[in-house]
Amino acid sequence: MVFSPELLLQALITGVLLGGIFALISVGLSLIWGVMRIVNFAHGEFLMIAMYIAYYLVVKGGWDPYLTILITAPALFLIGILIFQTTIRPILKDPSMNQIMLTVGLSLIMQNLALVFFKADVLTANTTYTRLNFMLGPVVVRGSQLIAFAGSALTAFLLYWFLQKTETGRAIRAASLNRDAATLVGINVRNTYLLAFGIGSASLGVAASLMIPFYYTSPTVGLFFGLIAYVVVVLGGLGSFPGALVAGLIIGLTESVGASLLPGSLARVLTFGIFIVVLLFKPQGIFGGKQK
Amino acid sequence: MLEIKNLRVQYGAFAALQDVSLSINDGQVVSIVGANGAGKTTLINTISGLLRPVSGQISFDGKDLLQMEGHNIASMGIAQVPEGRKLFSDMTVYENLLMGSYSKHARPQRQKQLEMVYELFPILKARDKQLARTLSGGEQQMLAIGRAVMMCPRLMMFDEPSLGLAPKIVQSIFEVILRLKAAGLTIMLVEQNVRQSLQISDYAYVLETGRVVIQGSGQEVLANEHTRAAYLGI
Repeated sequence: MVFSPELLLQALITGVLLGGIFALISVGLSLIWGVMRIVNFAHGEFLMIAMYIAYYLVVKGGWDPYLTILITAPALFLIGILIFQTTIRPILKDPSMNQIMLTVGLSLIMQNLALVFFKADVLTANTTYTRLNFMLGPVVVRGSQLIAFAGSALTAFLLYWFLQKTETGRAIRAASLNRDAATLVGINVRNTYLLAFGIGSASLGVAASLMIPFYYTSPTVGLFFGLIAYVVVVLGGLGSFPGALVAGLIIGLTESVGASLLPGSLARVLTFGIFIVVLLFKPQGIFGGKQK
Repeated sequence: MLEIKNLRVQYGAFAALQDVSLSINDGQVVSIVGANGAGKTTLINTISGLLRPVSGQISFDGKDLLQMEGHNIASMGIAQVPEGRKLFSDMTVYENLLMGSYSKHARPQRQKQLEMVYELFPILKARDKQLARTLSGGEQQMLAIGRAVMMCPRLMMFDEPSLGLAPKIVQSIFEVILRLKAAGLTIMLVEQNVRQSLQISDYAYVLETGRVVIQGSGQEVLANEHTRAAYLGI
């Protein structure tokens, strides 16, 4: 492949835009880990379901893709708390191996149910935003990715504001810092878990609606994003909100630069290479200073 | 106010509390004296609802606490200053205090209680934007007490508030406890500083291996030969 500055610039722009979406997807996983110390390996599959909801609303229902957030976010909130109550809550105190088995099992079930109901076809929604591209100097900016980036930034900001400034947000943080102390000041810790899981899932609803104009949907689309979210959260520091944002951008850039500089299947080597190098020198992640 | 009858708490097969009965009246300071492992923290955590007893009764103003969950018990005005402080380490001093008045019954009093806490511990006001984990040990203890005061408590349970602190800070913490008593709070005090806590107590219980072995007024327990030998080293 011939290297050119334009190509690199293009990769950087795309990488930043993609990184915003990665960050939003990861923030939910990070929140869930931070509050209840569970890694939800079905996180990507929650996103996959949200993408199918958005896809069908757009293609069959004729909805504007961004309006589908009104459905996908509440739907994912409900699906999240339903799955939490029925499967995850009973094993909250179990050894982490059991919890991993459960959420990995959930992800397999959800993938295969999606295969049954939606078939294995790769679906792309062709919306008006899909072709909304423009030139910025020598670089093509995809309008839909720019909107997704802005939407992700806004959602992450709102989530951050909620956690920092509202009574309920503070209670979620308090419960994540010290469960007993939270109970002692009158916080219903069980409800904060439920809420955190619901919010972490709802953020995937928003992400799915933002992605539908430029990304395909398939039963296994969650595998890639689940893995990316896991890498981003660990890289940023487990449970760290700013960490997830920064690491999301880093991984977005790496993926995109890697894809333009390295031949196809090697591209991902760069992502996991950086992941391994950071963990070697700062195993608690970039922002994971005080995690125990 | 608080009535405990025949309480038995177990960790697995090990009985941490056996047949413990005690009562605390409105406005009293009541001390629980005992060696490490005698069951003092277990007792406090059982009252707070963090631990569930095997048998026995706990009632507060006639309400059965064993039917309630921990967060509801806290919301009734039963506050704990826990052993090891249990602060929200990555939250600021101010946020920790806000969390104290999280419950619906404390929230309307938030501003008033905040002023009271800042008056008791002016250093907390000076440090209100600092993260709790960056405070010194004494300041952390003050914050733990302040957070409990924010709960508008009726009963405040102190678990080893002076542990690991410099003598001067220990004195100021005892002064604060006396001021809280003067303000009408009911106080349950677990303290390694046995002599001083008995001196300010209206009533005291001595726990040994999970049982109440001696009880009486603070002065009586202070004068008891067994207490003197075992806990005061006289």
